[in-house]
Amino acid sequence: MSKQTKFPMGIDSKKISGELFTLTYGALVAELLRDLESPQAVNQQLDKMGYNIGLRLADDLLAKNSQIQRCTDMHQVADVLAKVALRGYLGVTAQVSNWSARNDEFSLVLESNPLAEFVEVPSELAQDLRYSQIICGAIRGALEMMHMEVQTFIVQEQSQSVEIRVKFIRILQESVPPGDD
Amino acid sequence: MQRAGSGKQSSILDKSLSRGKTEVNFSSFALLFAEMIRYANNRSNTVSDLQDKLSGYGKFVGSRLLDVIVLREKGYRRETKLLNMLMFVKGTIWKNLFNKEADKLERSNDDPCQYLLIEKEPVVNTYISVPKDKGNLNCASFIAGIIEAVLEASNFPCKVSAHWHDGTTYIIQFDRLVIARENALLELAR
Repeated sequence: MSKQTKFPMGIDSKKISGELFTLTYGALVAELLRDLESPQAVNQQLDKMGYNIGLRLADDLLAKNSQIQRCTDMHQVADVLAKVALRGYLGVTAQVSNWSARNDEFSLVLESNPLAEFVEVPSELAQDLRYSQIICGAIRGALEMMHMEVQTFIVQEQSQSVEIRVKFIRILQESVPPGDD
Repeated sequence: MQRAGSGKQSSILDKSLSRGKTEVNFSSFALLFAEMIRYANNRSNTVSDLQDKLSGYGKFVGSRLLDVIVLREKGYRRETKLLNMLMFVKGTIWKNLFNKEADKLERSNDDPCQYLLIEKEPVVNTYISVPKDKGNLNCASFIAGIIEAVLEASNFPCKVSAHWHDGTTYIIQFDRLVIARENALLELAR
């Protein structure tokens, strides 16, 4: 994934203006805030949309990055998320930190958040609205495609940095017999 | 509201404006846009409802982009002449958004208030398959909204709509006032 080449024609490295992306996302959040009653409902909707995106992004990621091997533990998963997925799709590298003792839970810290450029969340919403919740949904959706059930949530969100917590729940079996589980 | 100088978190207005050279993977945008269309579609009954919603999103983007682009590219000098303004949209705005110029700009032969901006393959239509029952749906309405907001905010009141013709054609229908003003300016210059 070469960042130097500007707008090459190859489909896999096609780029679009970051500001168009940011503002388009802003238009979405603003619309949701108008449509839905509470900031919590907005978070939920953003999470759902992110989930749908994640389901599709997972294929895209694996198809275009053949160097990614099968991950055998959460450390590898965290690495791929931070160094390949977030860099490829949002253009930022996340720091992985705060591992739990059982190695099933970690934080992704984004130093700069491309979704939140130009954005100032009004103080009456700052408590409840999770502006970048869509990233959580996308991570959850993408990992589900890899048969991993995870919980994701935003620990804290400031204007320019976000900390996302990812917790591994279980491996999803290829086919769960009906009535089982 | 955050007061200046109070608290640890500085206001967004204290930050310097980014140079705007960041780029994002096209897949991210395409999927986000697709989700937005899906959402808007679930909440609208007719095709024109949906197009209005998309155009509304576009206006949100356009009104914010205009200031940034004018500041960066033109040292905060706005265009006052109609043709220059249209060229600004076709060139500068398009380059900032899609890194290329729009394909063609034409003036309608029948209606002096009507201009056409033509784009063979708008990016927002790249991955959208239009269902049969919504034949004339054009997701470039989103871009039409951007154009409309940019022109309106520059004091060229107009309506912009997207149509399937020659790829996608944005029909810019200016307020009569705009053309009258333009003609008056031409008279003065003579």
